[in-house]
Amino acid sequence: MRDSRWPEGAYAAEFADERHFVGALAMLRDQGYTRLETYTPYPVPRIESALRDPPSVLPGLVFLGGLCGGLFSYWVQWYTNAVSYPLNIGGRPAHAVPAFFIPTFEGTVLSAAVVAFVGLFALLRLPKPWHPMFEIDGFERASIDHFWIAVDATDPRGGTLSQQTLESLDPLRVVRVPATS
Amino acid sequence: MTTVPLRRARGDNPVPTAFPAPPDASVLRFDGSDRALTDQLLAPLRGTGVVWWVLFAVSAAGTAVFAFSCWWTVAKGIGAWGNNIPVAWAFAITNFVWWIGIGHAGTFISAFLLLLNQHWRASINRVAEAMTIFALMNAGLFPILHLGRPWFFYWLIPYPATMGVWPNFKSALPWDIAAVTTYLTVSLLFWYAGLVPDLATARDWLDSRLARRIYGIFALGWRGTSTAWRQHRVAMVLLAALATPLVVSVHSVVSLDFAIAQLPGWHSTIFPPYFVVGAIYSGFAMVLLLILPLRHAYRLEQVITERHLDAMAKLTLTMALMLTYAYVVESFVAWYTHDIPERFTYLFERPFGTYAVLFWIMITCNVVVPQVFWWKRNRTSVGVLLAASGAILVGMWLERFIIIVTSLHRDFLPASWHIYRPTWVDFGLLFGSVGFFGFLFLLFVRFVPFIAISEVKRLRHDLGENGGREIGLPHA
Repeated sequence: MRDSRWPEGAYAAEFADERHFVGALAMLRDQGYTRLETYTPYPVPRIESALRDPPSVLPGLVFLGGLCGGLFSYWVQWYTNAVSYPLNIGGRPAHAVPAFFIPTFEGTVLSAAVVAFVGLFALLRLPKPWHPMFEIDGFERASIDHFWIAVDATDPRGGTLSQQTLESLDPLRVVRVPATS
Repeated sequence: MTTVPLRRARGDNPVPTAFPAPPDASVLRFDGSDRALTDQLLAPLRGTGVVWWVLFAVSAAGTAVFAFSCWWTVAKGIGAWGNNIPVAWAFAITNFVWWIGIGHAGTFISAFLLLLNQHWRASINRVAEAMTIFALMNAGLFPILHLGRPWFFYWLIPYPATMGVWPNFKSALPWDIAAVTTYLTVSLLFWYAGLVPDLATARDWLDSRLARRIYGIFALGWRGTSTAWRQHRVAMVLLAALATPLVVSVHSVVSLDFAIAQLPGWHSTIFPPYFVVGAIYSGFAMVLLLILPLRHAYRLEQVITERHLDAMAKLTLTMALMLTYAYVVESFVAWYTHDIPERFTYLFERPFGTYAVLFWIMITCNVVVPQVFWWKRNRTSVGVLLAASGAILVGMWLERFIIIVTSLHRDFLPASWHIYRPTWVDFGLLFGSVGFFGFLFLLFVRFVPFIAISEVKRLRHDLGENGGREIGLPHA
């Protein structure tokens, strides 16, 4: 995530209204700010185009996870039932492809889902109970009804100028955020 | 050329369109601020009323009955149940199939309807997913208890044991283990991944330091960054896409336990779709039975609107019709085969045999009762919905009982015919499991945000941008 490393801290601005917040974010982008992060109580699709995130790698990971899980499930059944301990029940083949299909399907879904879940939180660098943004008094409302924008203090466009720029966007307030440890 | 006037509905109603969404049937009608919405949806976390405690006491008593019946079964062996050859499967497997089926509606609502872009699901998906998990927790216990020596249940898993023997994957029972454990795990991951942002809201909203810490741990440090929301959405759609085939596959696998046996009444190719439809049907009934009291108790009429009740009732009616079709086809095929045991089971033993009363109660509950949902007044009436849901749940339990017991108790050899009678332990396990389900659900309502707050806020925002109309909302 863009806010995982702030060696010199950040400047953060709070907005009460979504439209106002989206407009402010677009203005920061137009001024050339690149190290921006937003905090919103619900997903706001319009900010994604403003922040130009690369496509998620999660679908690829999940596909690989499912593939491995399926192959492994089939291999387990083949090895246990056809190689290690073949049982002859009514002359049926030990390597029974149609019967092995169901656990293979389940193994595929199971490992793909586990990869989706673990992959999501790994990509987000969570769990991480502490973050400098949590030090701000009133940041709680970022998960209730307020919107925040943070500018990394090392942003090439920013530095101390960031504070003035953010204040010019007419937020509720602008706060200096400590560095990440 | 004259134009033929479209038939008008009775009264002054306009002609129904393909996607009716009149303003009075809005999917969300909350007028206050986002803050007020959060306050209302999280209110149960600050404490609950007397009714909750009364229900909690009742369900805790049910849980105690369940625990005692489980202990009795393990201590005495499954001879404590009414099962005896040829009725080797009875209450335990009926309960298993019934509970698993109930779980299916949760996944249907949370995953299938997410992919189909059905926005009304946002208010009820969390409750439905929780229902799935609790129903599966109950379901899984029954086959394990039925093993007789439940402490060896892990022998069904292909772990490298020193004994050198493995599960036989040509049998349906290892398929069951694979299907049910996958289903439980995927449901749990899906539920928790969706819950994390709301746990963060709970963490930020509560006042007590201890509560904030506890919710903070479970919220994993979620702070709602744009990257997080984007990846979260991708992950939720992926998990939904993975859970959707499970809606269809799990009960299909359960039905194969029956269908691959050569018993009249079980050996039928219609079983997988028949079981899946029945599963979703009973699950919808349970969802209605859970959300209607919740809606009343926590004054959620603006979030769970008549639009939801109407949609749920319509889906329930659809499932009822599909199930009726399955009943008809089943009996027709039995007649068409000219096979005497098949004809005997379907055309004589079920409608006129030992358990005929139960069969006709089942037909009444599953086929006749849901027909009330043809009328809109019934689809939005809380009383009718509750009564019909209760009847459907009873009917679906009886359906599984009839499939299992009537097929088994008239064996191929009349000399081994047997009448199955349950014991108090059987009833203790059935009603105890209902109590345990209620116990878990009440704890969930008290301690977990039971409506997906961030999804409802997003929906509200999108509706605002879209002029309040449901058609044309952006995709999840």
